[in-house]
Amino acid sequence: MLTNKQNLDALDKFSENLEIEGRSLWQDARIRFMRNKAAMVSLVILFLITLSVILVPMLSEFAFDDTDWYALHEAPSAVHLFGTDSLGRDLFVRTFIGGRISLMVGVLGALVAVVIGTVYGATSGFIGGKTDRAMMRILEILYSIPFMFLVIVLVTFFGRNIILIFVAIGAIAWLDMARIVRGQTLSLRGKEFIEAAHVSGVSKWNIIRRHIIPNVLGIVAVYSTLLVPSMILTESFLSFLGLGVQEPMTSWGALLQEGSQTMEVAIWQLGFPAAFMVITLFCFNYIGDGLRDALDPKDR
Amino acid sequence: MHFNKNLLTAALLAGSFLGASFSASAAVVPEGVKLAAKQELIRGNGTEVASLDPQKTEGVPESHVIRDLLEGLVNQDANGKTIPGVAQSWETLDNKTFTFHLRKNAKWSNGDPVTAHDFVYSFQRAVDPATASPYSWYLEMTTMVNADEIIAGKKDKSTLGVKAVDDYTFEVKLDSAVPYFVMMMGHTTVKPVHKATVEKYGDKWTKAENFVGNGAFVVNNWVVNERIELVPNKQYWDNSNTVLTKVTFLPIENQVAEMNRFLSGELDMTYEVPNEHFRRLKKEHSDSVAIKGNLCTYYYNFNTHKPPFNDVRVRKAVSYAIDRDVVSKILLGQGQKPAYFLTPEIISDFTPELPAYGKLTQKERNSKAKALLAEAGYNEANPLKFSLLYNTSENHKKLAVAIGSMWKKTLNIDVTLENQEWKTYLETKKLGNFEAARAGWCGDYNEPSTFTSLMEGSNTTGGIHYKSAAYDSLIKQAIETTSADEREKLYYAQEALLTEDMPIAPIYQYVTTRLVNPHVGGYAVNNAEDKLYSKDMYIIAK
Amino acid sequence: MFKFILKRVLEAIPTMLILITVSFFLMRFAPGSPFSSERTLPPQVMENINAKYGLDKPVFEQYTTYLTNVIQGDLGPSFKYKDFTVNELVSAALPVSAKIGSVAFVFAVVFGVAVGTIAALRQNTWLDYSVMSTAMLGIVMPSFVLAPVLIYIFSINLGWFPAGGWLDGSIQYMVLPVLGMSMLYVATFARITRGSMIEVLNSNFIRTARSKGLSYSYIVLRHALKPAMLPVVSYMGPAFVGIITGSVVIETIFGLPGIGKLFVNAAFNRDYSLVMGVTILIGFLFIVFNAIVDILLAYVDPKIRY
Repeated sequence: MLTNKQNLDALDKFSENLEIEGRSLWQDARIRFMRNKAAMVSLVILFLITLSVILVPMLSEFAFDDTDWYALHEAPSAVHLFGTDSLGRDLFVRTFIGGRISLMVGVLGALVAVVIGTVYGATSGFIGGKTDRAMMRILEILYSIPFMFLVIVLVTFFGRNIILIFVAIGAIAWLDMARIVRGQTLSLRGKEFIEAAHVSGVSKWNIIRRHIIPNVLGIVAVYSTLLVPSMILTESFLSFLGLGVQEPMTSWGALLQEGSQTMEVAIWQLGFPAAFMVITLFCFNYIGDGLRDALDPKDR
Repeated sequence: MHFNKNLLTAALLAGSFLGASFSASAAVVPEGVKLAAKQELIRGNGTEVASLDPQKTEGVPESHVIRDLLEGLVNQDANGKTIPGVAQSWETLDNKTFTFHLRKNAKWSNGDPVTAHDFVYSFQRAVDPATASPYSWYLEMTTMVNADEIIAGKKDKSTLGVKAVDDYTFEVKLDSAVPYFVMMMGHTTVKPVHKATVEKYGDKWTKAENFVGNGAFVVNNWVVNERIELVPNKQYWDNSNTVLTKVTFLPIENQVAEMNRFLSGELDMTYEVPNEHFRRLKKEHSDSVAIKGNLCTYYYNFNTHKPPFNDVRVRKAVSYAIDRDVVSKILLGQGQKPAYFLTPEIISDFTPELPAYGKLTQKERNSKAKALLAEAGYNEANPLKFSLLYNTSENHKKLAVAIGSMWKKTLNIDVTLENQEWKTYLETKKLGNFEAARAGWCGDYNEPSTFTSLMEGSNTTGGIHYKSAAYDSLIKQAIETTSADEREKLYYAQEALLTEDMPIAPIYQYVTTRLVNPHVGGYAVNNAEDKLYSKDMYIIAK
Repeated sequence: MFKFILKRVLEAIPTMLILITVSFFLMRFAPGSPFSSERTLPPQVMENINAKYGLDKPVFEQYTTYLTNVIQGDLGPSFKYKDFTVNELVSAALPVSAKIGSVAFVFAVVFGVAVGTIAALRQNTWLDYSVMSTAMLGIVMPSFVLAPVLIYIFSINLGWFPAGGWLDGSIQYMVLPVLGMSMLYVATFARITRGSMIEVLNSNFIRTARSKGLSYSYIVLRHALKPAMLPVVSYMGPAFVGIITGSVVIETIFGLPGIGKLFVNAAFNRDYSLVMGVTILIGFLFIVFNAIVDILLAYVDPKIRY
């Protein structure tokens, strides 16, 4: 005899089971991701950082380009929370405004790497043979071409343009990713379930899309979080060639670069932007781990 | 013993000079200074040298090394005065024909005597199209007979106006009178090279194993991008007065890295000092900070052929609004002086005049600037907009941001900063694709014409597009005149015209700041052209 | 194996040819020339210089001449360092980069894999968090920050190691550059290893092995490590070449006469022949190391076929 309550419980369980069976890979992943505390906390922090880099510069009493000849290299105080730089500019507002371009570059760069790198690598590894070899040789060429000249030529022909920053960064971001994904794919290709799909007549593109890519997403998630800081730093190198953000506007990479030159004199110039970079990176890291766990097809 | 001998030699030499009354320079160690047992000097030298061949180089780091390796007709003393080098004396009657009497004891490092023929060969080599010297124009500037046509490939190099009258008498003929010609002979491009060695080894003659020179030192070891080591040249005529036993030049581009190597005791002398660290170093290492004036001017130049800077009022307003005191005293603060003229004050035998606008207070200048800009049609509704080009560098960036902020605050100018890496920047300036651009110039020799000739219409250096017939005629007159007074007046007139037309906004006059270990003796702190001879230096015992 | 190598060698020829061609023309599109300088040279002087270095000829002719010389192993004279040929410069710089680079690479792989494995085995424990957090600092701390910090601590304050220089390349000159260079890669290898190891440990065959009652450390070493190395190995090719050629910052800060610095200076000076020389070297290294990586991949997973 079942009590009413038990009945209800059983019903609940039953419907839950039904739901699980009906879940797609993606729904499944989302639920698992939501359960990951570290990842969720990181997501919240990252959201707050994003919000503050947008809002804080608007609300601050100092403008990001306000110079003050009588407050050069001032240590953090109640007036200048993060201190000032070599021109007396408030580092608090500069750190936040610098996050705008850096977060954008970091995320979009990683995104480009994930999309192009994964598709390219998976295609190359899965099709194999001559196609693989040709695709890998192209990769080698792209790796070896002097990137600096590519940037200089881009700037010369198209002028300074924010879109170009993403083109330049995107151009190199995906290369490592493609190599890694291709290596994984080569191994997956020999696995039984892929062969089974093949035999049962699934098209190549669908195998790549439905089987290969989900299986490599774990490592992709991990590696793409590593790309975020490297993209942020690449942006500051582009500034050197005249392509990145231009003074008086700034970015985290540029602030770090400046800070590293003056750490004996004004450690706050390095410390605060670095702290933001570290926090952001840790967030991306845990989100990456969360995604990895959530996307692991074996872990169902 | 050693010190007395030095002084004695110096005295003896001084007595034997005909045309010049200076003593030959050598490491004159003052009485009472105890020398260290280890006489090795390590100098920071900025970037890697492009070459050690005097006729193939153009940069400052190259000159620093070559100065120790090769000796030209004349040298400079610690105060920047021209003193005898290989030439013991010289004379001229009309400033057109110069006769140099070479010392008979000068030798190449392989023992060959240094003769007038070596100078004939080297001068010809400098203008020879086959050498492709980037500084061959320097000989053209001296108006040496036929130099221009040889460079253009129209005449043979043997027609150059140089002659070995005998082994030890070297004669140079110029087209125009150039009173500062002897001074110009201290330059790297006119240093002698050893003919037999150059002909035997071609481009490889500067390698340590092939090198033959006539300077106080010879190359001992050269690792590109790491170090160049020199050891004394045993054959050098004044070798007995060379104190150092080894000189090492390190190419360290990053100023902070260089400073760190100095602070950890690996360098005796840096090439530069990072600006942001100056105050700290001054406080913590005051005995190591050495500051001296430098023959250079920092300025912004305006593209006078394009709006908005084709309007002289705009140029003036923009120039007036730069608070040069803030730039030189607060932002740089190492002893740089504000500049209101092109020729720096440190130049010898000439004192630039402070123009009227330089005598005003910044407040007065600002209000004048506002008035000028309003007159030119710019106001709140129609603010002036332009871009400022500079080559990538922390210091240029800092000043550009600062000056941009001054313009914004006083004149409500909307300025866009644009940085480019060096070669792109040069190309942009050459093509005239800029509105305002950073520039700087250091004198090739210590005479105002090295600066004022920069603004000549035919001179495209740094992409300057100021073409003024009046100015060019003043330049021409100054070259042609034979009276020193007249020439000085013409220089004043040139500077006055620059103030009137304002094709450039002078900003500050450079200083050279270095970290020099207190145990280094003989550092020429008063040499404006920064001509430092390692042979004059020594290491003091602690 | 022999067939594989032969194939790779044959493929390398068109690859290099394309690389040389693209780089050659890309470089010529960049503004500025090797001989442009602040003082614009009189046109006739410029002509003399261009004639001497063959820049007066049409670009296509320059290209064919260059190609002919390269095939004969002659990379030409350096346009900037006029007393040297490109062959001399590259062969002087390569051993320096190779020495520091291989030490840094081995250190990064060994240390990174070890750290990553430990973190994976103790997933979500304090050990995992602390080890991986430290590793993350290596990623977020760019070498232009890390190197001055190392110098500040170990050279200026403690005086243990020189703040720069190379001399004969003895060990005390290598410690700080190797540290500065490898931190990023240690962290990267650790991250990749950890992620991949966790995936492998979750897979069925490891579960099977565990259910058979085999000891955990035996399983990890015997069964898990090899498949977990797959992405690590893939990353090794780019990492090795990157470590050898791309460490400009470290070389500049420590004053090392390596390839990275040579290359960047060459690019800024528009030293065409030197840029090409180093590009060819980098291309060559990539081809070789990717081939090695492919061989290693096949070793790690014998099922892989190319």
